[in-house]
Amino acid sequence: MATQHSRSAARLMMAPAVVLLLGWMLVPLTMTLYFSFKKYLPLRGGDLGWVGFENYTRFLTSSAFWPSVQTTLIIVGGVLAITVILGVLLATLLNQPMWGQGAVRILVIAPFFVMPTVSALVWKNMFMDPNYGLLAHLWKLFGATPIEWLSQASLTSIIMIVSWQWLPFATLILLTAIQSLDSEQLEAAEMDGAPPIKRFGYITLPHLSRAITVVILIQTIFLLSIFAEIFVTTGGAFGTKTLSYLIFQRVLESQNIGLGSAGGVYAIILANIVAIFLMRIVGKNLDA
Amino acid sequence: MARSTTTQRKALNTAFAWGIGLLIFFPILWTILTSFKTEATAIADPPVFVGFEWTLENYTAVLERSNYARFLWNSIIIAGGSTILGIIIAVPAAWSMAFVPSKRTKDILMWMLSTKMLPAVGVLYPIYLLFIKLGILDTRVGLTIVLMLINLPIIVWMLYTYFKEIPGEILEAARMDGASLREEVIYILTPMAIPGIASTLLLNVILAWNEAFWTLNLTAAKAAPLTAFIASYSSPEGLFYAKLSAASTMAIAPILVLGWFSQKQLVSGLTFGAVK
Repeated sequence: MATQHSRSAARLMMAPAVVLLLGWMLVPLTMTLYFSFKKYLPLRGGDLGWVGFENYTRFLTSSAFWPSVQTTLIIVGGVLAITVILGVLLATLLNQPMWGQGAVRILVIAPFFVMPTVSALVWKNMFMDPNYGLLAHLWKLFGATPIEWLSQASLTSIIMIVSWQWLPFATLILLTAIQSLDSEQLEAAEMDGAPPIKRFGYITLPHLSRAITVVILIQTIFLLSIFAEIFVTTGGAFGTKTLSYLIFQRVLESQNIGLGSAGGVYAIILANIVAIFLMRIVGKNLDA
Repeated sequence: MARSTTTQRKALNTAFAWGIGLLIFFPILWTILTSFKTEATAIADPPVFVGFEWTLENYTAVLERSNYARFLWNSIIIAGGSTILGIIIAVPAAWSMAFVPSKRTKDILMWMLSTKMLPAVGVLYPIYLLFIKLGILDTRVGLTIVLMLINLPIIVWMLYTYFKEIPGEILEAARMDGASLREEVIYILTPMAIPGIASTLLLNVILAWNEAFWTLNLTAAKAAPLTAFIASYSSPEGLFYAKLSAASTMAIAPILVLGWFSQKQLVSGLTFGAVK
């Protein structure tokens, strides 16, 4: 149906979006690559020439690198485990018949809409403060010594805050997926005498596997670059320096652009590995 | 066999779900409650839940901080501006991909999605440098452009998904009945596309409003939106829980309301249609 004329019109209509995104991708990426091969210290001498792969090896061998990778993995892994497991349970619960389902759903989703700086600061001060925080009161109520959350249990604290932000997302997506489950299948299994646990394990969970994969992949991409939650709570202290936070510090705080850029290239590669898997799933869906 | 859901089980589900729902919502509720306390009540030991004298003094105090209005205004301009700009650029693109698809349409969509996966920190310095060179560091224009670019893939995808659902036969039928292209666009396509455009608008305003990497790193005093304003409370002086709560409540209230309207679009929007 499409004529030659409408094809070229279509191309013209697409052009602005494509050109803008192409520029947004290529220009900074090229610059990051360029800087990553230079010794470049804007505040201490500026451009000091080409250094080959030195920044790449220095970034990998610096004492902060492996701890930051470890921190990143713990935070991403911890948040994923909590949000996926609780998300599946919560979605299953919310799918049961009850009164006021819509209202409960609203309560559960709310944290997702809270801006990261607000949730981090509210948790940091009003819940995790060792003197005035609610958790401190709760600990005292049971006769325990309040924990200095953000220094003594810094990673746990960050994981708690970020999980609180992302649990709604996981729950909402898994709930949507559960609702598309054919209830006749479940009823048939029930009539055949399958207990709830088996119905869940053999029917519901396999049905959810795709949604769970999508949740994991999308969250991983966002979690790899969490920033505000660390910026306003610990500022990277107490072992909470993630890979992206380390790069941020190299670039903006110590203004070692070459080194930071090499780190940035590593981060881009890492994110792309995750992205490939996500894109495959999304791409399959596009054909359907 | 009768459906096995008895009233008793329904009551149990209800109690359980409400309990968990309130627990998850509690930090927000606590923030809202605290915003109406005096600073002294806010840190009372044991904590006070509702039996306190409600006051609006924190709100007046936050509003009187000479610059609050500017942060709010910056947030509105940046979130609204980047979304509207994004939609203006994305509508024709999504439109042509949905109605005049070519062999490359899928590749273009996937490539657009891939730009969304670029970790911001990897391009922080180039953007920072470009902003200095162009003189748009700490300006609303600069931030609007960046937020428009990071959300553009989502906008294109969401619109594409909506447009795709408009059946082509309707257009053909209209053409058969002698509708001109102009009439076709005004009377058929636009009304059918408006719900999709509206929900795209909603979700992206939310995403832009809450964005907290570029807004923190590319602004200082002039163009800082509410995300940065709240971050300034991270090194406070003196008693501040109640004021932090009041500022936070004002920063999240509009988005909570918008968010509740956009629950449905959230799923397909944020999963790029992979979960519907």
